[in-house]
Amino acid sequence: MLIDVHVHFLHSLTPRRDWRARNESRIRAGERIGITWHVSSILGTWGLRSPIYFPSQADVTLANEEQRRIVSEHPHLVRGYVLVNPNYPGQVTSEIARGVAGGMIGIKLAASRRADDSLLDGVADLAAEHHFPVLQHIWQHRRRDMPGQEASDAIELCRLARRHPGVSFILAHIGGGGDWLHSLRAVRHVPNVLVDLSGSGVDGGMLEACVAAVGPERLLWGTDLTMDTGLAKLRYLAHLLSPAELDLVRHGNAVRIFPAGSFPEA
Amino acid sequence: MRIDVNAWLGGYPWRKVPGTSPDALLEAMDRTHITRAWVSHLPSVFWRDPMEGNPWLYQVCKAEPRFRAVPAIQPALPHWEEEVAHAKAQRAVAIRVDPMFHDIDPSGQPMRDLVAASAQAALPLMVAVRLEDGRQRHPLDVAAELPAAAVRALVRSHPSARLVVTHADRGFIEEVHFGSTPDESARIWWDISWVWGPPEDHLEHLIGAIGEARFLFGSGQPLRLPETPGARLELLDIDADRRAAIEHGNAEGLGG
Repeated sequence: MLIDVHVHFLHSLTPRRDWRARNESRIRAGERIGITWHVSSILGTWGLRSPIYFPSQADVTLANEEQRRIVSEHPHLVRGYVLVNPNYPGQVTSEIARGVAGGMIGIKLAASRRADDSLLDGVADLAAEHHFPVLQHIWQHRRRDMPGQEASDAIELCRLARRHPGVSFILAHIGGGGDWLHSLRAVRHVPNVLVDLSGSGVDGGMLEACVAAVGPERLLWGTDLTMDTGLAKLRYLAHLLSPAELDLVRHGNAVRIFPAGSFPEA
Repeated sequence: MRIDVNAWLGGYPWRKVPGTSPDALLEAMDRTHITRAWVSHLPSVFWRDPMEGNPWLYQVCKAEPRFRAVPAIQPALPHWEEEVAHAKAQRAVAIRVDPMFHDIDPSGQPMRDLVAASAQAALPLMVAVRLEDGRQRHPLDVAAELPAAAVRALVRSHPSARLVVTHADRGFIEEVHFGSTPDESARIWWDISWVWGPPEDHLEHLIGAIGEARFLFGSGQPLRLPETPGARLELLDIDADRRAAIEHGNAEGLGG
Protein backbone atom coordinates (compact mmCIF):
# COMPACT_ATOMS: atom_id res chain seq x y z
CA MET A 1 0.00 0.00 0.00
CA LEU A 2 1.19 3.52 -0.80
CA ILE A 3 -0.57 6.56 0.69
CA ASP A 4 0.09 10.06 -0.62
CA VAL A 5 -0.77 12.37 2.28
CA HIS A 6 -0.28 15.65 0.43
CA VAL A 7 -2.41 15.92 -2.68
CA HIS A 8 -4.30 18.77 -4.33
CA PHE A 9 -6.94 18.59 -6.99
CA LEU A 10 -8.24 21.49 -9.06
CA HIS A 11 -11.80 22.28 -10.07
CA SER A 12 -13.64 24.41 -12.59
CA LEU A 13 -13.72 27.59 -10.50
CA THR A 14 -9.97 28.26 -10.42
CA PRO A 15 -7.62 30.29 -12.66
CA ARG A 16 -6.49 27.05 -14.30
CA ARG A 17 -8.24 26.30 -17.58
CA ASP A 18 -6.32 23.02 -17.69
CA TRP A 19 -7.72 21.87 -14.34
CA ARG A 20 -9.23 18.69 -15.72
CA ALA A 21 -6.01 17.67 -17.49
CA ARG A 22 -4.00 18.25 -14.32
CA ASN A 23 -6.37 16.12 -12.25
CA GLU A 24 -6.25 13.35 -14.85
CA SER A 25 -2.48 13.57 -14.98
CA ARG A 26 -2.32 13.11 -11.21
CA ILE A 27 -4.50 10.02 -11.32
CA ARG A 28 -2.54 8.58 -14.24
CA ALA A 29 0.84 9.20 -12.61
CA GLY A 30 -0.51 7.76 -9.37
CA GLU A 31 -1.34 4.53 -11.16
CA ARG A 32 2.22 4.31 -12.49
CA ILE A 33 3.77 5.06 -9.13
CA GLY A 34 1.43 2.62 -7.41
CA ILE A 35 -0.40 5.07 -5.18
CA THR A 36 -3.22 3.32 -3.38
CA TRP A 37 -4.77 6.38 -1.73
CA HIS A 38 -4.53 10.10 -2.56
CA VAL A 39 -5.37 12.21 0.52
CA SER A 40 -6.36 15.54 -0.93
CA SER A 41 -7.32 19.07 -0.03
CA ILE A 42 -8.46 22.02 -2.12
CA LEU A 43 -7.42 25.55 -1.21
CA GLY A 44 -10.55 27.51 -2.06
CA THR A 45 -10.68 28.69 -5.64
CA TRP A 46 -6.88 28.68 -5.89
CA GLY A 47 -6.81 32.46 -6.03
CA LEU A 48 -9.65 33.11 -8.46
CA ARG A 49 -12.08 34.72 -6.00
CA SER A 50 -10.01 34.96 -2.81
CA PRO A 51 -6.32 34.41 -2.00
CA ILE A 52 -5.07 30.83 -2.01
CA TYR A 53 -3.90 30.97 1.59
CA PHE A 54 -6.65 33.30 2.82
CA PRO A 55 -9.76 31.68 1.33
CA SER A 56 -13.06 33.44 1.89
CA GLN A 57 -15.86 31.65 3.69
CA ALA A 58 -17.64 31.05 0.40
CA ASP A 59 -14.49 29.60 -1.14
CA VAL A 60 -13.85 27.37 1.86
CA THR A 61 -17.33 25.92 1.53
CA LEU A 62 -16.99 25.52 -2.23
CA ALA A 63 -13.58 23.83 -1.90
CA ASN A 64 -14.91 21.34 0.61
CA GLU A 65 -17.90 20.57 -1.60
CA GLU A 66 -15.53 19.99 -4.53
CA GLN A 67 -13.33 17.81 -2.35
CA ARG A 68 -16.28 15.67 -1.32
CA ARG A 69 -17.33 15.41 -4.97
CA ILE A 70 -13.89 14.16 -6.01
CA VAL A 71 -13.92 11.60 -3.19
CA SER A 72 -17.34 10.41 -4.31
CA GLU A 73 -16.06 10.07 -7.90
CA HIS A 74 -13.08 7.99 -6.72
CA PRO A 75 -14.29 6.23 -3.57
CA HIS A 76 -11.57 3.60 -3.74
CA LEU A 77 -8.72 5.99 -4.53
CA VAL A 78 -9.21 9.43 -2.96
CA ARG A 79 -9.69 10.58 0.62
CA GLY A 80 -10.05 14.17 1.75
CA TYR A 81 -9.08 16.80 4.29
CA VAL A 82 -11.55 19.47 5.39
CA LEU A 83 -10.17 22.93 4.58
CA VAL A 84 -10.73 25.52 7.31
CA ASN A 85 -9.85 29.19 7.71
CA PRO A 86 -9.38 29.69 11.47
CA ASN A 87 -10.33 33.36 11.20
CA TYR A 88 -13.96 32.18 10.99
CA PRO A 89 -14.41 29.95 14.05
CA GLY A 90 -18.10 29.41 13.49
CA GLN A 91 -17.50 28.15 10.00
CA VAL A 92 -14.67 25.91 11.21
CA THR A 93 -17.16 23.99 13.32
CA SER A 94 -19.79 23.70 10.60
CA GLU A 95 -17.31 22.73 7.86
CA ILE A 96 -15.72 20.03 9.99
CA ALA A 97 -19.17 18.69 10.87
CA ARG A 98 -20.07 18.54 7.18
CA GLY A 99 -16.72 16.93 6.46
CA VAL A 100 -17.23 14.23 9.07
CA ALA A 101 -20.65 13.48 7.63
CA GLY A 102 -19.15 13.42 4.14
CA GLY A 103 -16.38 10.99 4.98
CA MET A 104 -13.43 13.35 5.25
CA ILE A 105 -10.51 12.08 7.34
CA GLY A 106 -8.37 15.09 8.30
CA ILE A 107 -8.12 18.86 8.54
CA LYS A 108 -6.11 21.13 6.24
CA LEU A 109 -4.77 24.43 7.50
CA ALA A 110 -3.40 26.71 4.80
CA ALA A 111 -1.58 29.82 5.98
CA SER A 112 -4.47 32.00 7.07
CA ARG A 113 -3.31 32.32 10.67
CA ARG A 114 -0.09 31.66 12.59
CA ALA A 115 0.07 28.03 13.67
CA ASP A 116 0.54 28.92 17.33
CA ASP A 117 -2.38 31.37 17.44
CA SER A 118 -5.06 30.65 20.04
CA LEU A 119 -7.67 30.54 17.27
CA LEU A 120 -6.17 27.25 16.23
CA ASP A 121 -6.91 25.64 19.59
CA GLY A 122 -10.54 25.24 18.60
CA VAL A 123 -9.49 23.53 15.38
CA ALA A 124 -7.21 21.20 17.31
CA ASP A 125 -9.98 20.37 19.79
CA LEU A 126 -12.23 19.32 16.91
CA ALA A 127 -9.37 17.31 15.42
CA ALA A 128 -8.99 15.47 18.71
CA GLU A 129 -12.73 14.81 18.90
CA HIS A 130 -12.76 13.16 15.47
CA HIS A 131 -9.24 11.64 15.59
CA PHE A 132 -8.32 13.77 12.58
CA PRO A 133 -4.70 14.66 11.85
CA VAL A 134 -4.04 18.29 10.96
CA LEU A 135 -1.98 19.07 7.85
CA GLN A 136 -0.41 22.51 8.34
CA HIS A 137 1.10 24.43 5.42
CA ILE A 138 4.65 25.35 6.42
CA TRP A 139 7.29 27.70 5.16
CA GLN A 140 10.44 25.92 6.35
CA HIS A 141 12.08 28.53 8.55
CA ARG A 142 10.17 31.72 7.86
CA ARG A 143 12.60 34.60 8.12
CA ARG A 144 10.03 37.24 7.27
CA ASP A 145 6.40 37.50 6.25
CA MET A 146 5.80 36.63 2.64
CA PRO A 147 3.14 38.23 0.48
CA GLY A 148 0.04 36.11 0.17
CA GLN A 149 0.42 33.96 3.24
CA GLU A 150 0.75 34.28 6.99
CA ALA A 151 3.38 31.61 6.88
CA SER A 152 4.12 29.54 9.93
CA ASP A 153 7.23 27.54 10.52
CA ALA A 154 8.00 24.47 12.56
CA ILE A 155 8.61 26.42 15.76
CA GLU A 156 5.05 27.70 15.72
CA LEU A 157 3.55 24.37 14.73
CA CYS A 158 5.39 22.70 17.60
CA ARG A 159 3.95 25.23 20.07
CA LEU A 160 0.46 24.24 18.94
CA ALA A 161 1.35 20.54 18.99
CA ARG A 162 2.61 20.75 22.57
CA ARG A 163 -0.70 22.26 23.63
CA HIS A 164 -2.56 19.36 21.98
CA PRO A 165 -0.47 16.23 22.57
CA GLY A 166 -3.32 13.93 21.57
CA VAL A 167 -3.54 15.31 18.04
CA SER A 168 -1.22 14.35 15.17
CA PHE A 169 0.08 17.34 13.24
CA ILE A 170 1.64 16.98 9.82
CA LEU A 171 4.41 19.44 8.98
CA ALA A 172 3.76 19.98 5.29
CA HIS A 173 6.19 19.49 2.41
CA ILE A 174 9.66 19.36 3.94
CA GLY A 175 10.89 19.67 0.33
CA GLY A 176 8.55 22.54 -0.44
CA GLY A 177 10.94 25.41 0.02
CA GLY A 178 12.85 27.00 2.85
CA ASP A 179 15.37 25.80 5.39
CA TRP A 180 14.33 22.24 6.07
CA LEU A 181 17.24 21.77 8.47
CA HIS A 182 15.66 24.37 10.72
CA SER A 183 12.32 22.53 10.66
CA LEU A 184 13.92 19.19 11.42
CA ARG A 185 15.69 20.57 14.48
CA ALA A 186 12.44 22.09 15.70
CA VAL A 187 10.29 18.96 15.44
CA ARG A 188 12.84 16.52 16.83
CA HIS A 189 11.43 16.34 20.37
CA VAL A 190 7.73 16.87 19.62
CA PRO A 191 6.41 13.34 19.08
CA ASN A 192 2.98 14.29 17.74
CA VAL A 193 4.45 16.20 14.78
CA LEU A 194 5.06 14.09 11.68
CA VAL A 195 7.05 15.20 8.64
CA ASP A 196 5.52 15.04 5.18
CA LEU A 197 8.22 14.39 2.57
CA SER A 198 6.46 16.09 -0.34
CA GLY A 199 7.64 19.08 -2.35
CA SER A 200 9.77 19.67 -5.41
CA GLY A 201 12.98 19.72 -3.35
CA VAL A 202 15.14 16.62 -3.81
CA ASP A 203 18.22 17.79 -1.98
CA GLY A 204 20.91 15.24 -1.38
CA GLY A 205 21.09 14.69 2.37
CA MET A 206 17.56 15.86 3.10
CA LEU A 207 16.09 12.39 3.56
CA GLU A 208 19.03 11.28 5.71
CA ALA A 209 18.42 14.36 7.88
CA CYS A 210 14.71 13.55 8.14
CA VAL A 211 15.42 10.01 9.31
CA ALA A 212 18.03 11.24 11.77
CA ALA A 213 15.69 13.88 13.20
CA VAL A 214 12.45 11.96 13.70
CA GLY A 215 13.06 8.37 12.60
CA PRO A 216 11.00 6.46 10.04
CA GLU A 217 8.12 6.29 12.54
CA ARG A 218 7.31 9.98 11.98
CA LEU A 219 7.75 10.28 8.22
CA LEU A 220 4.88 10.37 5.75
CA TRP A 221 5.24 10.03 1.99
CA GLY A 222 3.60 12.63 -0.23
CA THR A 223 3.91 14.51 -3.49
CA ASP A 224 2.15 17.91 -3.45
CA LEU A 225 2.76 19.62 -6.85
CA THR A 226 5.48 17.30 -8.16
CA MET A 227 4.85 13.57 -8.32
CA ASP A 228 8.14 12.89 -10.10
CA THR A 229 10.12 14.13 -7.12
CA GLY A 230 7.88 12.03 -4.87
CA LEU A 231 8.78 8.95 -6.89
CA ALA A 232 12.48 9.85 -6.74
CA LYS A 233 12.31 10.13 -2.94
CA LEU A 234 10.48 6.83 -2.70
CA ARG A 235 13.25 5.16 -4.72
CA TYR A 236 15.94 6.72 -2.58
CA LEU A 237 14.17 5.71 0.64
CA ALA A 238 14.24 2.11 -0.56
CA HIS A 239 18.01 2.45 -0.60
CA LEU A 240 18.11 4.20 2.78
CA LEU A 241 15.62 2.22 4.92
CA SER A 242 14.89 -1.39 5.75
CA PRO A 243 11.75 -2.87 4.11
CA ALA A 244 9.86 -2.62 7.42
CA GLU A 245 10.87 1.01 7.89
CA LEU A 246 9.94 1.81 4.31
CA ASP A 247 6.48 0.34 4.86
CA LEU A 248 5.97 2.75 7.75
CA VAL A 249 6.70 5.70 5.46
CA ARG A 250 4.68 4.31 2.56
CA HIS A 251 1.54 3.64 4.60
CA GLY A 252 2.00 2.42 8.17
CA ASN A 253 2.35 5.83 9.79
CA ALA A 254 -0.57 7.25 7.83
CA VAL A 255 -2.80 4.34 8.80
CA ARG A 256 -1.85 5.00 12.43
CA ILE A 257 -2.68 8.72 12.53
CA PHE A 258 -5.82 8.87 10.37
CA PRO A 259 -9.17 7.61 11.67
CA ALA A 260 -9.51 3.85 11.83
CA GLY A 261 -10.77 2.33 8.60
CA SER A 262 -9.73 5.28 6.42
CA PHE A 263 -7.69 3.13 4.05
CA PRO A 264 -9.28 -0.25 3.46
CA GLU A 265 -7.15 -2.67 1.49
CA ALA A 266 -8.27 -3.15 -2.08
CA MET B 1 22.25 3.59 -21.45
CA ARG B 2 22.16 6.84 -19.50
CA ILE B 3 24.54 9.78 -19.50
CA ASP B 4 24.19 12.18 -16.58
CA VAL B 5 25.55 15.49 -17.85
CA ASN B 6 25.15 17.22 -14.49
CA ALA B 7 27.15 15.55 -11.72
CA TRP B 8 29.56 16.87 -9.14
CA LEU B 9 32.49 15.64 -7.11
CA GLY B 10 33.68 17.15 -3.86
CA GLY B 11 32.14 18.85 -0.86
CA TYR B 12 29.63 21.69 -0.70
CA PRO B 13 30.38 24.63 1.57
CA TRP B 14 26.85 25.46 2.68
CA ARG B 15 25.51 22.24 4.13
CA LYS B 16 26.30 18.56 4.70
CA VAL B 17 25.90 16.57 1.50
CA PRO B 18 26.50 12.81 1.46
CA GLY B 19 28.03 10.92 -1.45
CA THR B 20 30.55 13.45 -2.77
CA SER B 21 33.48 11.08 -3.39
CA PRO B 22 34.23 9.37 -6.71
CA ASP B 23 33.40 5.98 -5.23
CA ALA B 24 30.08 7.24 -3.86
CA LEU B 25 29.20 8.77 -7.22
CA LEU B 26 29.92 5.45 -8.94
CA GLU B 27 27.71 3.66 -6.42
CA ALA B 28 24.88 6.12 -7.06
CA MET B 29 25.33 5.71 -10.81
CA ASP B 30 25.08 1.94 -10.50
CA ARG B 31 21.94 2.28 -8.40
CA THR B 32 20.26 4.58 -10.92
CA HIS B 33 21.50 2.84 -14.09
CA ILE B 34 23.66 5.76 -15.19
CA THR B 35 26.38 4.61 -17.52
CA ARG B 36 28.52 7.73 -17.68
CA ALA B 37 28.62 11.06 -15.89
CA TRP B 38 29.90 14.46 -16.89
CA VAL B 39 31.52 15.62 -13.68
CA SER B 40 32.50 19.03 -12.34
CA HIS B 41 34.47 19.87 -9.22
CA LEU B 42 32.03 21.36 -6.72
CA PRO B 43 34.37 23.03 -4.18
CA SER B 44 36.14 25.11 -6.80
CA VAL B 45 32.91 26.84 -7.84
CA PHE B 46 33.47 28.81 -4.61
CA TRP B 47 37.22 29.31 -4.97
CA ARG B 48 38.69 32.62 -6.14
CA ASP B 49 40.41 30.67 -8.89
CA PRO B 50 38.13 27.75 -9.77
CA MET B 51 40.66 26.50 -12.31
CA GLU B 52 42.81 25.26 -9.42
CA GLY B 53 40.37 22.35 -9.10
CA ASN B 54 40.90 21.15 -12.66
CA PRO B 55 44.08 19.05 -12.16
CA TRP B 56 42.36 16.91 -9.52
CA LEU B 57 39.32 16.54 -11.78
CA TYR B 58 41.47 15.40 -14.73
CA GLN B 59 43.25 12.91 -12.48
CA VAL B 60 39.99 11.39 -11.25
CA CYS B 61 38.52 11.21 -14.75
CA LYS B 62 41.67 9.62 -16.10
CA ALA B 63 41.39 6.88 -13.49
CA GLU B 64 37.67 6.27 -14.02
CA PRO B 65 36.46 5.76 -17.61
CA ARG B 66 32.80 6.34 -16.64
CA PHE B 67 33.59 9.95 -15.73
CA ARG B 68 34.02 12.72 -18.31
CA ALA B 69 35.58 15.93 -17.08
CA VAL B 70 33.86 19.30 -17.23
CA PRO B 71 36.63 21.64 -16.02
CA ALA B 72 35.96 25.16 -14.82
CA ILE B 73 37.11 28.36 -16.53
CA GLN B 74 37.09 31.83 -14.98
CA PRO B 75 37.42 34.21 -17.93
CA ALA B 76 38.15 37.30 -15.85
CA LEU B 77 41.46 35.83 -14.64
CA PRO B 78 44.69 36.27 -16.62
CA HIS B 79 45.67 33.57 -19.11
CA TRP B 80 42.42 31.66 -18.76
CA GLU B 81 42.75 30.79 -22.47
CA GLU B 82 45.52 28.36 -21.56
CA GLU B 83 43.03 26.43 -19.42
CA VAL B 84 40.70 26.03 -22.40
CA ALA B 85 43.55 24.62 -24.48
CA HIS B 86 44.47 22.33 -21.60
CA ALA B 87 40.86 21.14 -21.31
CA LYS B 88 40.94 20.22 -24.99
CA ALA B 89 44.23 18.37 -24.55
CA GLN B 90 42.79 16.52 -21.55
CA ARG B 91 39.79 15.40 -23.64
CA ALA B 92 37.28 17.28 -21.52
CA VAL B 93 33.74 16.74 -22.74
CA ALA B 94 32.80 20.37 -22.05
CA ILE B 95 33.97 23.36 -20.03
CA ARG B 96 31.93 25.18 -17.43
CA VAL B 97 31.68 28.71 -16.09
CA ASP B 98 29.78 30.00 -13.06
CA PRO B 99 29.76 33.76 -13.53
CA MET B 100 27.33 34.55 -10.73
CA PHE B 101 29.56 32.84 -8.16
CA HIS B 102 32.60 34.75 -9.46
CA ASP B 103 30.80 38.07 -9.51
CA ILE B 104 31.41 38.70 -13.20
CA ASP B 105 28.89 40.08 -15.66
CA PRO B 106 27.18 36.96 -17.07
CA SER B 107 26.97 38.49 -20.54
CA GLY B 108 29.99 40.82 -20.36
CA GLN B 109 33.07 40.78 -22.57
CA PRO B 110 35.03 38.13 -20.63
CA MET B 111 32.04 35.78 -20.93
CA ARG B 112 31.71 36.52 -24.63
CA ASP B 113 35.40 35.84 -25.08
CA LEU B 114 34.96 32.50 -23.33
CA VAL B 115 32.00 31.62 -25.54
CA ALA B 116 34.17 32.33 -28.59
CA ALA B 117 37.04 30.27 -27.20
CA SER B 118 34.76 27.34 -26.43
CA ALA B 119 33.37 27.49 -29.96
CA GLN B 120 36.84 27.57 -31.49
CA ALA B 121 37.87 24.61 -29.33
CA ALA B 122 34.64 22.78 -30.29
CA LEU B 123 33.82 22.36 -26.60
CA PRO B 124 30.27 22.95 -25.31
CA LEU B 125 30.10 25.57 -22.59
CA MET B 126 28.09 24.58 -19.51
CA VAL B 127 26.35 27.09 -17.24
CA ALA B 128 24.04 26.48 -14.28
CA VAL B 129 21.03 28.66 -13.55
CA ARG B 130 21.27 27.80 -9.84
CA LEU B 131 22.60 25.05 -7.62
CA GLU B 132 19.95 25.10 -4.87
CA ASP B 133 16.41 26.34 -4.36
CA GLY B 134 16.68 30.05 -3.62
CA ARG B 135 14.38 29.72 -0.61
CA GLN B 136 16.77 27.56 1.36
CA ARG B 137 20.20 28.96 0.65
CA HIS B 138 22.69 29.80 3.39
CA PRO B 139 22.47 33.43 4.52
CA LEU B 140 25.95 34.07 3.14
CA ASP B 141 25.24 32.26 -0.15
CA VAL B 142 24.05 35.38 -1.92
CA ALA B 143 25.09 34.94 -5.56
CA ALA B 144 22.19 35.73 -7.86
CA GLU B 145 20.70 33.14 -10.20
CA LEU B 146 21.83 33.24 -13.82
CA PRO B 147 19.46 35.50 -15.78
CA ALA B 148 17.78 34.14 -18.90
CA ALA B 149 18.85 37.28 -20.75
CA ALA B 150 22.48 36.26 -20.29
CA VAL B 151 21.92 32.91 -22.01
CA ARG B 152 20.28 34.66 -24.94
CA ALA B 153 23.13 37.15 -25.16
CA LEU B 154 25.80 34.46 -25.00
CA VAL B 155 24.33 32.25 -27.69
CA ARG B 156 23.98 35.29 -29.95
CA SER B 157 27.58 36.29 -29.37
CA HIS B 158 29.15 33.59 -31.54
CA PRO B 159 27.60 31.73 -34.50
CA SER B 160 28.94 28.32 -33.55
CA ALA B 161 28.75 28.53 -29.77
CA ARG B 162 27.08 25.57 -28.07
CA LEU B 163 25.64 26.01 -24.60
CA VAL B 164 24.55 23.38 -22.09
CA VAL B 165 22.32 24.96 -19.44
CA THR B 166 21.60 23.04 -16.26
CA HIS B 167 19.08 23.57 -13.42
CA ALA B 168 16.65 25.62 -15.55
CA ASP B 169 12.90 25.43 -15.04
CA ARG B 170 10.14 25.60 -17.62
CA GLY B 171 9.75 29.38 -17.58
CA PHE B 172 13.46 29.96 -18.05
CA ILE B 173 13.69 27.48 -20.91
CA GLU B 174 10.69 28.92 -22.72
CA GLU B 175 11.94 32.47 -22.33
CA VAL B 176 15.30 31.66 -23.87
CA HIS B 177 14.03 29.29 -26.54
CA PHE B 178 11.31 31.54 -27.88
CA GLY B 179 13.55 34.58 -27.42
CA SER B 180 16.10 33.10 -29.80
CA THR B 181 16.19 32.41 -33.53
CA PRO B 182 15.84 28.79 -34.64
CA ASP B 183 19.59 28.72 -35.34
CA GLU B 184 20.37 30.05 -31.88
CA SER B 185 17.97 27.81 -29.99
CA ALA B 186 19.34 24.77 -31.87
CA ARG B 187 22.68 25.46 -30.19
CA ILE B 188 21.32 25.31 -26.65
CA TRP B 189 20.75 22.09 -24.69
CA TRP B 190 18.87 21.89 -21.39
CA ASP B 191 19.21 19.29 -18.69
CA ILE B 192 16.00 18.03 -17.09
CA SER B 193 17.15 18.28 -13.48
CA TRP B 194 14.75 21.16 -12.65
CA VAL B 195 11.86 20.51 -15.06
CA TRP B 196 8.72 19.27 -13.31
CA GLY B 197 6.82 16.14 -14.26
CA PRO B 198 3.17 15.32 -13.43
CA PRO B 199 0.69 16.64 -12.62
CA GLU B 200 2.01 19.97 -13.95
CA ASP B 201 3.74 18.08 -16.79
CA HIS B 202 6.24 20.78 -17.64
CA LEU B 203 8.64 18.29 -19.23
CA GLU B 204 5.93 16.79 -21.42
CA HIS B 205 4.86 20.27 -22.46
CA LEU B 206 8.41 21.38 -23.30
CA ILE B 207 9.20 18.28 -25.31
CA GLY B 208 6.02 18.86 -27.29
CA ALA B 209 6.79 22.55 -27.74
CA ILE B 210 10.49 22.56 -28.55
CA GLY B 211 11.39 18.92 -29.19
CA GLU B 212 13.31 16.22 -27.41
CA ALA B 213 16.51 17.10 -29.25
CA ARG B 214 17.09 19.98 -26.89
CA PHE B 215 17.09 17.95 -23.67
CA LEU B 216 19.74 16.07 -21.76
CA PHE B 217 19.54 13.67 -18.83
CA GLY B 218 20.95 15.55 -15.84
CA SER B 219 20.58 15.13 -12.10
CA GLY B 220 22.71 17.65 -10.23
CA GLN B 221 23.83 14.82 -7.96
CA PRO B 222 24.89 14.62 -5.21
CA LEU B 223 23.38 18.01 -4.39
CA ARG B 224 20.12 16.53 -5.67
CA LEU B 225 18.87 12.94 -5.66
CA PRO B 226 20.18 11.03 -8.70
CA GLU B 227 16.85 9.17 -8.84
CA THR B 228 15.00 12.30 -9.98
CA PRO B 229 15.56 12.49 -13.76
CA GLY B 230 14.91 8.77 -14.13
CA ALA B 231 11.64 9.11 -12.21
CA ARG B 232 10.75 12.06 -14.41
CA LEU B 233 11.25 10.03 -17.59
CA GLU B 234 9.45 7.03 -16.12
CA LEU B 235 6.29 9.10 -15.69
CA LEU B 236 6.51 10.57 -19.19
CA ASP B 237 4.54 9.27 -22.17
CA ILE B 238 7.24 9.16 -24.82
CA ASP B 239 8.40 6.56 -27.35
CA ALA B 240 11.65 4.67 -26.95
CA ASP B 241 13.60 6.62 -29.56
CA ARG B 242 12.79 10.00 -28.05
CA ARG B 243 13.53 8.70 -24.56
CA ALA B 244 16.87 7.38 -25.75
CA ALA B 245 17.72 10.75 -27.25
CA ILE B 246 17.24 12.40 -23.86
CA GLU B 247 18.88 9.62 -21.89
CA HIS B 248 22.05 9.47 -23.97
CA GLY B 249 21.74 10.24 -27.68
CA ASN B 250 21.78 14.01 -27.43
CA ALA B 251 24.72 13.93 -25.03
CA GLU B 252 26.61 11.61 -27.36
CA GLY B 253 26.03 14.10 -30.14
CA LEU B 254 27.74 16.69 -28.00
CA GLY B 255 30.74 14.43 -27.63
CA GLY B 256 29.97 12.66 -24.41
